[in-house]
Amino acid sequence: MGITRYRWRRILNGFFLSTSVIATLLGLAVLFSILTTVLTHGIPALTPDLFTKMTPPPGNSGGLLNAIVGSLIITGIGIAVGAPIGVLAGTFLAEFGRGKWLTDATRFISDVLLSAPSILIGLFVFTVAVKPVQHFSAWAGALTLAIIAIPVILRTTDDMLRLVPNDLREAGAALGAPQWKIVVKISYRSVRAGIVTGILLALARISGETAPLLFTALNNQFWSSNVNAPMANLPVVIFQFAMSPYDDWQRLAWAGALLTTAAILGLSVLARILLFSPKERPQ
Amino acid sequence: MTPDMIDDIGPRNGATSLIRSPDTGRGISPPLNQATAAREIEQPPVPKLLIKNLCFHYGRHMALKSVNMTIHDRRVTAIIGASGCGKSTLLRTMNRIYELYPDQRAEGEILMDGRNILEPSVNLSHLRSRIGMVFQRPTPFPMSIYDNIAFGIQLYRRVPKAELDILVEAALTKAALWTEVKDKLRVVGSGLSGGQQQRLCIARTIALNPDVLLLDEPASALDPVSTEKIEQLIDELRADYTIIIVTHNLQQAARVSDFTALMHLGELVEFGETQTIFTRPTDRRTEDYVTGKYG
Repeated sequence: MGITRYRWRRILNGFFLSTSVIATLLGLAVLFSILTTVLTHGIPALTPDLFTKMTPPPGNSGGLLNAIVGSLIITGIGIAVGAPIGVLAGTFLAEFGRGKWLTDATRFISDVLLSAPSILIGLFVFTVAVKPVQHFSAWAGALTLAIIAIPVILRTTDDMLRLVPNDLREAGAALGAPQWKIVVKISYRSVRAGIVTGILLALARISGETAPLLFTALNNQFWSSNVNAPMANLPVVIFQFAMSPYDDWQRLAWAGALLTTAAILGLSVLARILLFSPKERPQ
Repeated sequence: MTPDMIDDIGPRNGATSLIRSPDTGRGISPPLNQATAAREIEQPPVPKLLIKNLCFHYGRHMALKSVNMTIHDRRVTAIIGASGCGKSTLLRTMNRIYELYPDQRAEGEILMDGRNILEPSVNLSHLRSRIGMVFQRPTPFPMSIYDNIAFGIQLYRRVPKAELDILVEAALTKAALWTEVKDKLRVVGSGLSGGQQQRLCIARTIALNPDVLLLDEPASALDPVSTEKIEQLIDELRADYTIIIVTHNLQQAARVSDFTALMHLGELVEFGETQTIFTRPTDRRTEDYVTGKYG
């Protein structure tokens, strides 16, 4: 009977709708509880000392200044190295390397790298840049982060440039423009926001990486701006302090977690705003 | 004094024009002016492009089969035919834009002013500055209206700002767009309507002062009013440029062109004066196509 089939459809529909809503709510609940935990533990630990004092020995008061500055330096170098390589490689894939075997191979390897566990990349850099010189260094940490950032930036640049309509490139070529000028003045301009978004997302990704820094930049309890030596950084400090039995270290770990989360959230929001501002969207 | 002599000194001699109004001058000379105008129209067409045994391949597929055709200087030539007949392909060989794609190649000759432009030694930038192209979909660059025009000019020479302003205005005026955009030259080109964008693309192309304009279905993405403006523009530009237009629209071909070529499955079926093609075609396929039996 028609009625029964219709009812059956409605039941099925209701079943799938409610299970997907429940799944969504579960996911949101987990995220929400992480955020509230970080906020409830982190906000009380936020003090001016965080930004003015070094990481203390157990039992003493202190802050996270060296770790904050260290993180800024390491991720700064990491993105400064990774962004140009990622953008240029992505440009090669989308603009110059069409139909070449090297393009497909690079795209595949980059995707593998994109999903490789970051601890592997840390181990790799440990083998090539820490072990030979017999000491940990901020350089090695930055190199690790750059390697993690490259596939993210490469992929977004490649995807964005492939959204540029081919008509636009032909129109540039029809005026007699050389290919590099078409890329720089036409393709990049069309998807500027998308490429910047990719860089910001990569920055957000690497600013929370802990495992690879354990093998490379390690940590430093004191102020250091020597990139050739171990350097303090937020993720490793959080890792070390959170595992410790000392209350004051644990409080600092929560504060560090809150700072990192806030930074990543800020970067992601900025990326969204850039990507979805209507004026800059490719047609 | 004969009318010629008056006409001769009329426009140039300041003293005469103070005494006589220009109207009087014109009053005397119409027979002569008409004669000159008539002589200009009767002038036999001069070949601009000679296409000889042109074949074109997309990979293994042969899209043009030994096309022979003459494009006349300062005339509008329309290329018509059903979808996939090779009319756009033919257009795309003339500025070698197909070379962006490695699996496409052309054989044969296209002579422009005696030189084969398909030769590898030809400077592509120079060729494309002399043979401009406008595409089916309007393609304003992601920059201001002003920069859309300046982009092409600056590819070829350094121009002081003041001169660039003049060149931009001249190009926009020639493309019948100046009055509509003169107050928003700094606005991005994609903010214009479709028809305005297409005229912007035409302006960008003629800013380089090319000899030949290739129009690839320039009005097929536009509404009837914008289409009419584009056709008017083609009519104004025919005095200065050799225009080749690919179109799906037979009425458009009949309205704007002096010569028409009908393509079918990669072959040139018939080529001749538009009036002849549409009224007394010699080939059966042309007759069927222009009378709407297929296509």
